[in-house]
Amino acid sequence: MTVVDNPHGSPGLATAEERSRFETIVAGAREDGVEIVHYEPPFPAPGTRGERRLQRIVAGCFLTTGGLATAFLVTYIWWPWEYDRDSLLHNMYTPVLGLTLGLALVATGFGIMIWGKKLIPHEVSIQERHDGPSSDHDRSMATSTLLYMGDEMGLKRRPLLGLSLLAGVAPVGLAAAAPLIGGLIKDPHKPVEGGTGSPLMTTAWGPGIRLTREDGTPIRPEDISTGGQLTVFPGVPEGHTNVHADSPTLLIHLRGQDMAELRDNLTGTNVGATWGDFVAYSKICTHAGCPASLFEQQTNRLLCPCHQSQFLVTDNAKPVFGPATRRLPMLHISVDDEGYFVATSDYKVAIGPGFWERP
Amino acid sequence: MKKRARIDVKALPGTAANAADERLQVARPLRAVFNKVFPDHWSFLLGEIALFSFIVLLLTGVFLTLYFDPSMSHVTYNGSYLPLRGVHMTRAYETTLHISFDVRGGLIMRQMHHWAALLFMASIVIHMFRIFFTGAFRKPRELNWVIGVTLFIVGFLAGFTGYSLPDDGLSGTGLRIAHAIMLSIPVIGSWTANSLFSGEFPGPGAILPRAYIAHVLLIPGILLALISVHLGLVFKQKHTQWPGPGRTNTNVVGERMFPRYVIKQGGFFAIVFGVIALMGGLLTINPIWLFGPYEAAAVSAASQPDWYVMFLDGSTRLMPPWEIRAFGHTLPPLFWPTVVLPGVMFTLAMAYPFIEARRNRDTAIHNLLQRPRDVPERTALGAMAVAFYLVLTISGGNDPLAENFDISLNAMTWAGRIGLLIVPPIAYWAAYRICLGLQQHDREVLAHGVETGIIRRLPNGQFVEVHQPLAAPDAHGHTELEYTGWVVPKKMNRVGALAPAIKGFFYPVEEPAPPALPQAERRELESSGTR
Ligand code: FES
Repeated sequence: MTVVDNPHGSPGLATAEERSRFETIVAGAREDGVEIVHYEPPFPAPGTRGERRLQRIVAGCFLTTGGLATAFLVTYIWWPWEYDRDSLLHNMYTPVLGLTLGLALVATGFGIMIWGKKLIPHEVSIQERHDGPSSDHDRSMATSTLLYMGDEMGLKRRPLLGLSLLAGVAPVGLAAAAPLIGGLIKDPHKPVEGGTGSPLMTTAWGPGIRLTREDGTPIRPEDISTGGQLTVFPGVPEGHTNVHADSPTLLIHLRGQDMAELRDNLTGTNVGATWGDFVAYSKICTHAGCPASLFEQQTNRLLCPCHQSQFLVTDNAKPVFGPATRRLPMLHISVDDEGYFVATSDYKVAIGPGFWERP
Repeated sequence: MKKRARIDVKALPGTAANAADERLQVARPLRAVFNKVFPDHWSFLLGEIALFSFIVLLLTGVFLTLYFDPSMSHVTYNGSYLPLRGVHMTRAYETTLHISFDVRGGLIMRQMHHWAALLFMASIVIHMFRIFFTGAFRKPRELNWVIGVTLFIVGFLAGFTGYSLPDDGLSGTGLRIAHAIMLSIPVIGSWTANSLFSGEFPGPGAILPRAYIAHVLLIPGILLALISVHLGLVFKQKHTQWPGPGRTNTNVVGERMFPRYVIKQGGFFAIVFGVIALMGGLLTINPIWLFGPYEAAAVSAASQPDWYVMFLDGSTRLMPPWEIRAFGHTLPPLFWPTVVLPGVMFTLAMAYPFIEARRNRDTAIHNLLQRPRDVPERTALGAMAVAFYLVLTISGGNDPLAENFDISLNAMTWAGRIGLLIVPPIAYWAAYRICLGLQQHDREVLAHGVETGIIRRLPNGQFVEVHQPLAAPDAHGHTELEYTGWVVPKKMNRVGALAPAIKGFFYPVEEPAPPALPQAERRELESSGTR
């Protein structure tokens, strides 16, 4: 079989020495089950125009890389990179880094690619796969060895060993797993310190707790104009922080006729929860817990931006569109002697997303 | 004798090689590796993109760990980003801001890390399509397919934990939804959620440190192990190849690993790395300073998760409000689209090679790839799955779509719900028809030849198009060529009759082709068949 099948007729390897070296390679490959059936140096004669051109291109790529990488370093070290909102230079720092580093790498990549694709001899080699099962001989030997190993251990002859090993090892495995998992486990229904009832069912609200703004200041009815709304937090320490992520509430000042409609619709535990033209709903979406915070005045709907559930404010915040299935719970509110909004109890039902133990 | 032997630089590699071989006997195994043959096709590079992005992820990720602190303890921001000065936030968010504004080159590292993650997931998916549609998952490679699907799942977890770490407005919202998803699991839901978060959401500061150790140690460790096995199996079982001249089910036709194949891979790595660097520098991603720290009561509208999470977001949005309540228990609607659906999807994906083999009673070993058109049923099934996935993903972004095109959100949701039911079957049918059409065209060309575009008028006035047969025709003008499962030339310049019109990049160099000899034509034909 001809090893060097060159369409141009020349072997592509100039000297006898080159040819004999190549033959060694071919012989070596053959020992590895690889047959080089086509081997074609792209430029058999050294120093042709095409070769020089490619050489220049590849060298150009590498030199470009060098230049850009240097530019990257210079930028990295000397560019005024400290934050300054109005400085164009600061804003250009990251883009310039990206450009110089990125283009440097891309240029290297192209250089290497062209080198590999255009300057290295093109070849077609064939290797046999040898897949499928091992030979019957090997298989039977392996099986016998395995079986004999079993006999050597003597598990059949001495069954107690096997049983006791199993009985002994299983607890070790469990003992290893126990601290890994056991340390994590935490009862979701155990009241938190100072609380009563499952934390899943309770929030920071309770009788007499003021409705406050984010900065902790209490709220009077006249602070919210008709049709307006305000996110309120329980007036307890850290009430507005994520420590009480279950407590944010939306206080809405409804227009008169809307309030009348709502009052007619009030059902179940919601009866008596409103005060004047004010109603307070949990802000935590009953679907997956995002804040249901977009209040559409015209339609009296609360929209949750996460999966677009919509709740009808004038009907107990019942879900009217989207994947949510439960109403937003209503907080019972009133106004205290000093004229500030207070809650008269905690939420009567669990707020937020559903879970198995929820009735 | 000289006291000190001079070091002969030229002999150094030889000496080193000898030293190594004397101790390790590597000459033969190394030569076998150098000589290993790899087949070449552009579509075999998709998996490499994933591998290279993973390397970039490791490099940039290590940089980020030097500055990031996942602590949830509260601090007041005092760094150089003015708009947030004096704001209370967690250490996690503060250190992310620190990386973005106060660490030299920190921002580009963060952005490269994020872009590399997106690219990692994208190339996994595209690579998976390639494997699926060409039948590369068939025996003996089923195990590698399963590992591949697992890589997607673990990559998803890597992405999600990483996205959660900065504790900005978006990541906190994502975590809260994840918490709700855990809650929705029957029986053990509240226990799982409470245990992982060590309390009610967001808990006493446990979740971020836990997500962190998962993100920087456990998950990358698993990924690394899976990737090693994945590549090891490719190496052991040898790569699949397309059919073509000289290529059989029992051989590999291509290039030896060294030098050409490895050099090309090296170049490709540099290009992928470079593209990620360009994206990291030029394209802002996840500008957490605009989102502010996470507050349970605030959410920015139109917040989008990373693209690979969007299908879950979409399925959640499309789910009708069906809740099961019985015996004092609740099964929330969230459970179906976020736990059951992905569970079914991934199980089906993993089981597919076995299902197909069973259906076809196929126990043979397959090393030759199939063109998608030649297996219409599988291609159509794949198209159906892709359509399903796409409808979900698009629905995950239906709010910006609704806003941009001024469609009502409710209409978008309904379109998604209906689309999810009818688009996949349509995709199935369309893909099936297209496959058959392409098959038929291949046969036609094999029987009649290539359309030349030359119209001839027959003596009776009829016009016919002249076909160039691919082999010597029989008495009826038909050629009998067998379809070999590979590209059939359909244009005259593929059989060497015309020079390609445009050569080079921008300027056409029009050189007339050498006069085509019948023999030369044959050879061209054959070699065009190998590409
Ligand atoms: S969290 Fe409100 S709709 Fe899903």
